[in-house]
Amino acid sequence: MTELWAMPAWKIHELYEKGKTSVEEVCRTLYRRIEEVEPSVKAYIKLLPEPDGKGADGRVTGSPLGGIPYALKDNICTAGIETTCGSRILSGFVPPYDATVAAALKKAGAMLLGKTNMDEFAMGSSCETSAFYPTRNPWDLRCVPGGSSGGSAAAVAGGEAVFALGSDTGGSVRQPASFCGVVGMKPTYGRVSRYGLVAFASSLDQIGPLTRDVRDCARVLGVIAGHDPRDSTSAVAEVPDYERGLLEGRKDDLRGMRIGVPKEYFAQGIQAGVKHAVMEAIKTIQELGAFVEECSLPHTEYAMAAYYLIAPAEASSNLARYDGVKYGYRSEHWSDLTGLYTKTRMEGFGPEVKRRIMLGTYALSAGYYDAFYLKAQKVRTLIRYDFAKAFERFDLLVAPTSPTVAFRIGERMDDPLTMYLSDVCTIPINLAGLPAISVPCGFSEGLPVGLQIIGKPFDEPGVLRVAYAYEQATEWHLRIPHLDGVEAAKRIARNDGQVSADE
Amino acid sequence: MSENERYEAVIGLEVHVELGTKTKIFCNCPTTFGGEPNTQVCPVCLGLPGVLPVLNEKVLRYALRAALALNCEVARFSRFDRKNYPYPDLPKNYQISQYDLPLARNGYVEVNGRRIRIKRLHLEEDAGKLLHEGDGAQDKWSLVDYNRAGVPLAEIVSEPDIRTPSEARAYLESLKAILQYIGVSDCKMEEGSLRCDTNVSVRRKGETGFGTRTELKNLNSFKAVEKSLEYEIARQISVLEDGEEVVQETRAWDESREITVPLRGKEEAHDYRYFPDPDLVPVVVDQALLDEIRKEIPELPSAKRQRFIREYGIPEYDAGVLTADKRLADFFDECASRYRDPKVVSNWLMGEYLKYANATGLSFAEIPVTPEGLVELLNLQDEGVISGKIAKTVFEEMLKTGERPSEIVKKRGLVQISDENAIYAVVDEVIASNPNVVRDYLGGKEKAFGFLVGQVMKATGGKANPAKVNAALKKRLGKE
Repeated sequence: MTELWAMPAWKIHELYEKGKTSVEEVCRTLYRRIEEVEPSVKAYIKLLPEPDGKGADGRVTGSPLGGIPYALKDNICTAGIETTCGSRILSGFVPPYDATVAAALKKAGAMLLGKTNMDEFAMGSSCETSAFYPTRNPWDLRCVPGGSSGGSAAAVAGGEAVFALGSDTGGSVRQPASFCGVVGMKPTYGRVSRYGLVAFASSLDQIGPLTRDVRDCARVLGVIAGHDPRDSTSAVAEVPDYERGLLEGRKDDLRGMRIGVPKEYFAQGIQAGVKHAVMEAIKTIQELGAFVEECSLPHTEYAMAAYYLIAPAEASSNLARYDGVKYGYRSEHWSDLTGLYTKTRMEGFGPEVKRRIMLGTYALSAGYYDAFYLKAQKVRTLIRYDFAKAFERFDLLVAPTSPTVAFRIGERMDDPLTMYLSDVCTIPINLAGLPAISVPCGFSEGLPVGLQIIGKPFDEPGVLRVAYAYEQATEWHLRIPHLDGVEAAKRIARNDGQVSADE
Repeated sequence: MSENERYEAVIGLEVHVELGTKTKIFCNCPTTFGGEPNTQVCPVCLGLPGVLPVLNEKVLRYALRAALALNCEVARFSRFDRKNYPYPDLPKNYQISQYDLPLARNGYVEVNGRRIRIKRLHLEEDAGKLLHEGDGAQDKWSLVDYNRAGVPLAEIVSEPDIRTPSEARAYLESLKAILQYIGVSDCKMEEGSLRCDTNVSVRRKGETGFGTRTELKNLNSFKAVEKSLEYEIARQISVLEDGEEVVQETRAWDESREITVPLRGKEEAHDYRYFPDPDLVPVVVDQALLDEIRKEIPELPSAKRQRFIREYGIPEYDAGVLTADKRLADFFDECASRYRDPKVVSNWLMGEYLKYANATGLSFAEIPVTPEGLVELLNLQDEGVISGKIAKTVFEEMLKTGERPSEIVKKRGLVQISDENAIYAVVDEVIASNPNVVRDYLGGKEKAFGFLVGQVMKATGGKANPAKVNAALKKRLGKE
């Protein structure tokens, strides 16, 4: 039988209902697993000594996530628990409030295990810009887990949490899901409240689940989605029962579904192994009865440039509040106000964050605004139109999640442009505000490949339906990385002097 | 022709008004003035990581009311922008404001027959307050109070249509009256609920272009606005007369020295890097909402002034004074509609009432006298129950206590003596004890009669009916 730590939430929940296991046993197993693999994976920034929300036994069977241990990315605020965003500048910041999603999960009876590692302020694609340490990919400890929600993806892949939440600004849920062989979804912009998510780029950020399978994804999304009066940008649209939609629909039949394959997503530096796995997956979807045809999203090549103006512009303003005056890190080396600001920010932010603050500040500056920020917004509109036009012909689009599999730790740190290309297939979806999921669709060079399914605004049900049908027809989601904890790390250390087990 | 007459000033005003909603613009914290520091704050107005602003609907309604009352065109679509600049009183290091798509534009205010155009009206959040410990240059530390952070502000920017310091003041007074009338702000300059910066330049009369302007700050009263402009205009003229050029800069009004001093130059101006705030959705105002708001707007000062002149027949000057404040105008309106002679009411209000308010510094809301009370007092006088002199005494009491005049008259025994026998008794006594004066009067000194009347009034504690005293005296002295 599968170990408890490798089971999806819905299965654990079934065992709860049948009385075959207890919350205590699940937690014990999880913590034992964490103890075993965490020293080599380093998925967490903060592990709680016991799960927050535990003891709510009465709710275990009633609520779909009752008694399920999970992890939160460390940019989602938790009342009374330090929230760092992977940055030195927020060290010591303990929010006095829960993010709306954290409160919703608490209410649903889920139990928080800890806060996961991430690229600093979610700026990165590898978890390496974290101020603390890089997280390692459970499939190959020499590799990155992706980012920025790398800790969340690695925690789920490594059996250190049943599910996790991440945030996705340009691919930060989907790309690490792809790298770590788990399911990751970015919902439609506005589907999930951003209240309590420490902002990176407000018009792009969206919280999403990282889970073992599509059914769990539907279950978690159902709990966190919905209108929030504290977030003006959250949609008032009703939340369908995503999970029931999956279970009641035909799992083995996609007839009538029209699926487009945007050719631009297969052009930009895609690895042969990735392309192969994705094409095979598309074949499977076709075999399930869907009508599949190539299509074009002509402005795709400009998405990256637009994103790297809009996201840093918003970030430069969002991150202005970290100045050492009110909370978090404060430099000790200053004598006047400007000194307090500059020293605190100089010492508190890492190089990638500084790079983006500078980019964004420049893009918004007088004399450059029209040429950069405004132009980027126009490109964003064109990209939206591309999708809207494609959706006149197709119900959904499929593409790779990332052009490559997980890369080696350190490999791209000196080359930001190559690093940025890791999100080339996910960024346009954020610019258009669409829902998209990444599901495991095979392996290349021993590392997982992700298939991305993109839907119309608020068509999470459609996205989930195809993802579920595909998942049911394949077994990729059942694969578990052969992580034997510290031993694995030692083995890696022997083979690769750059990564040591006691880092 | 003197220097000053060869030049004219071009003045524009930027006014910030705190809207009097119970809660802040983007959160539910109270807006009350004067609370203990940092007791009226929450994660949203403190700008903690992860929080989001949500527009207070009441703030929008208040701003729309102001926009309509100031004859503005309301934008069907407007939005909030971020004004980026770091300062410790600004929790997020950006201020949520409105930049290129303000809520309203192109309004005007009538000021003494001239139309001062309003360029725009927009919404923004207020910042906190800094408290410095130390002597300024060598502050030991600075403390921040965020109670005010997030208090709603409407910024009202005029076109450079104002030509004199006194007109600037009159414009401000009109603006204040209108905003008070519509109930969106108490406009207390001393509490900072109305703040004003001015832009001023001078040019030779007849020119149509603008000279180089300076911006004046630190104006804490209407008087300061007027005085600083007078000073600054004279300063700019003398700079030009000396053959030099006015430098574009921001200057502060030094209240104690009554001069303006440079604060910062143009080159130090911030690049605020405005961009649309992605945390807020655009403000869309439809016709139905505008119609609804329009119904909330009461009769405004200028309309009221015209009506007072028309309906009550009072002089234009009186109407102007009475309508400058809504409470005063309403007070007058209520009295005048129930009393036969509105001019008498006007005299009482512009006289005793305003004198009392000015002397005590009390606001009209704090003075307990009611319109019913004043009308009753005037009726008591008309009916001869009390004399005019006593009426003033009674009114003084009413201003302090708010008691009804009939009560005061009764309590203090102030009823007028109209009984002829009683009056004759006193008259006889006065004639008997003032034989010399009586002789003077009979000898043709008309003034002596007044003295005798005075003596009678004195003897009766002012309560004697003056007409009857006159008649009785004349009769006894054989002049009738």
